[in-house]
Amino acid sequence: MLRYSLRRLLGAIPTLLVLIALAFFMMRAAPGGPFDQERSLPADIEANLRAAYHLDEPLYMQFGRYLGGVIRGDFGPSFQYRDFTVTELIATGFPVSMRLGGSAILLALIIGVTAGSIAALRQNRLTDHAVMTVSMTGISIPNFVMAPILILVFAIYFRWLPAGGWGGGQLRNMVLPVIALALPQIAYISRLTRGSMIEVLRSNFIRTAKAQGLSTQTIVLKHALKPALLPVVSYLGPATAAVITGSVVIEQIFGVPGIGRFFVQGALNRDYTLVMGVVVFYGMLIIAFNFLVDLAYAWLDPKVKYS
Amino acid sequence: MTIEVAAHTPVPEQVEGRSLWIDAWRTLRKNRAAIVAAAILLSMTLLVLVGPFFSPYAYDFTDWGNTSIGPSLSTGHVFGTDTLGRDLFVRTLYGGRISLLVGLVATVVSLLIGVAYGATAGYLGGRIDNAMMRIVDILYAMPFMFFVILLMVIFGRNIVLIFVAIGAINWLDMARIVRGQTLSLKHKEFVEAAEALGVSTFALIRRHIVPNLLGVVAVYVTLTIPQVILVESFLSFLGLGVQEPMTSWGALVKEGAEEMESAPWMLLFPAVFLATTLFCFNFLGDGLRDALDPKDR
Repeated sequence: MLRYSLRRLLGAIPTLLVLIALAFFMMRAAPGGPFDQERSLPADIEANLRAAYHLDEPLYMQFGRYLGGVIRGDFGPSFQYRDFTVTELIATGFPVSMRLGGSAILLALIIGVTAGSIAALRQNRLTDHAVMTVSMTGISIPNFVMAPILILVFAIYFRWLPAGGWGGGQLRNMVLPVIALALPQIAYISRLTRGSMIEVLRSNFIRTAKAQGLSTQTIVLKHALKPALLPVVSYLGPATAAVITGSVVIEQIFGVPGIGRFFVQGALNRDYTLVMGVVVFYGMLIIAFNFLVDLAYAWLDPKVKYS
Repeated sequence: MTIEVAAHTPVPEQVEGRSLWIDAWRTLRKNRAAIVAAAILLSMTLLVLVGPFFSPYAYDFTDWGNTSIGPSLSTGHVFGTDTLGRDLFVRTLYGGRISLLVGLVATVVSLLIGVAYGATAGYLGGRIDNAMMRIVDILYAMPFMFFVILLMVIFGRNIVLIFVAIGAINWLDMARIVRGQTLSLKHKEFVEAAEALGVSTFALIRRHIVPNLLGVVAVYVTLTIPQVILVESFLSFLGLGVQEPMTSWGALVKEGAEEMESAPWMLLFPAVFLATTLFCFNFLGDGLRDALDPKDR
């Protein structure tokens, strides 16, 4: 197990390097510099600025400098928010985004697995068809469509919940964004669970359990659930990526002060270092999470040999 | 002796060959949801292509006398107008043209790259396959949407770039699926027979490998189109996609979301069009998968 973990960890290093290199060289390929303004600066001032941001060095040195910075957790200064470094902006936004995304994944897991299991137990019956149709709708309605609809219904029409804002992460502020973010994932997870649960329920050891007269509840909870959850576990990696991506637009719609909002602002203002920093940070997060998911999978599935 | 044995073997009946496609069509026809979805998609495409010719308004015409009016037949604005008085019916259809076009073009780009890459890796096998798939694994871990946004930031918002960028990043799944399929095909008897008969590698790939890949590819294409449309809408929603006065469903939803308190129809119509299209593609893809996947028979 330890050797397997180490090997997987070493395998993540080239991925990280490619991630950082891609982001870095894409940014440097950009036409127009960060100091291009409507009024052009005097030449010597611009030269000073370029020297201050090390833009006068050869490209490979800049890359080395950036790489070194990332390893130390320093993503450089923000070009737009002059008084902040990118790391400070990420550190401000991350707890908020984390709380939003974490709640969404948790909610998606609970509801998705429950709905999927119920649909599998009632295969090809009305409940099954209902769950599958609702989940197909959930997959098909993008969260940036769902979010305004939720606001329209629950905030503007019924006035039960605030239409936006974060309020320091109060529950009432979190309900709508978390639901909007979780819905597509609920849909995917319930479909996944249904499929694998149906397969598991057909297997021999379940038939044996039934023959021994165990109740459906015991069979599902004690015997079928663990193997049926394996595909869901491996889906957690892509799910995290999807939730992170989705939170960009959800934070924008609900005015949540997370990383996603900085990212969109940075993208619209061409704040290169900020955008690059967020891409690299989220990339690292996804890689780390995939690593954890792989470990969890190897631990849960007796069929995986980690030698 | 031997002659007698031969005489006892029954003469084989002339059986009409059933190709994968005829089989698939028979299964698909029974799947009412998939057929309805296909019909809706066809009508949607037709409406989006032809509809604007029957409207008296251009997509960028501003009717200053009728800004933000609701849907009504008497004004001629059947879907209402936006805050600038532009006819929402025409704009929704134009947005649909862009969205469907992005879906199609980007999917074709990802199809070409993915099939070429996957088939090569799977057919060559060995160390080359390992290296090629390792690259796919690495790219797989990249935050795809963020790179598309990065591209938009760097190179400006350009519609051709959107097509290519989305397609160029979306080929990874396709490559994986095609590679897996090729690998399993390579060791099938009919491929070995063709090899033994001296068929050239190129002819072998073209005659025996590619036709057998088409089923899987067809399913995957149907499922890629909605993904791509979604990505484009996502970008447009953030203001990083199609630029004014041109529009797409994502951009219209964004405008609608901003005005939803005063003009809910601005959100409603594009949202319904977008969701219906995505819904139908997903249903059709599901139906195709059931019909074309021989494992499920």
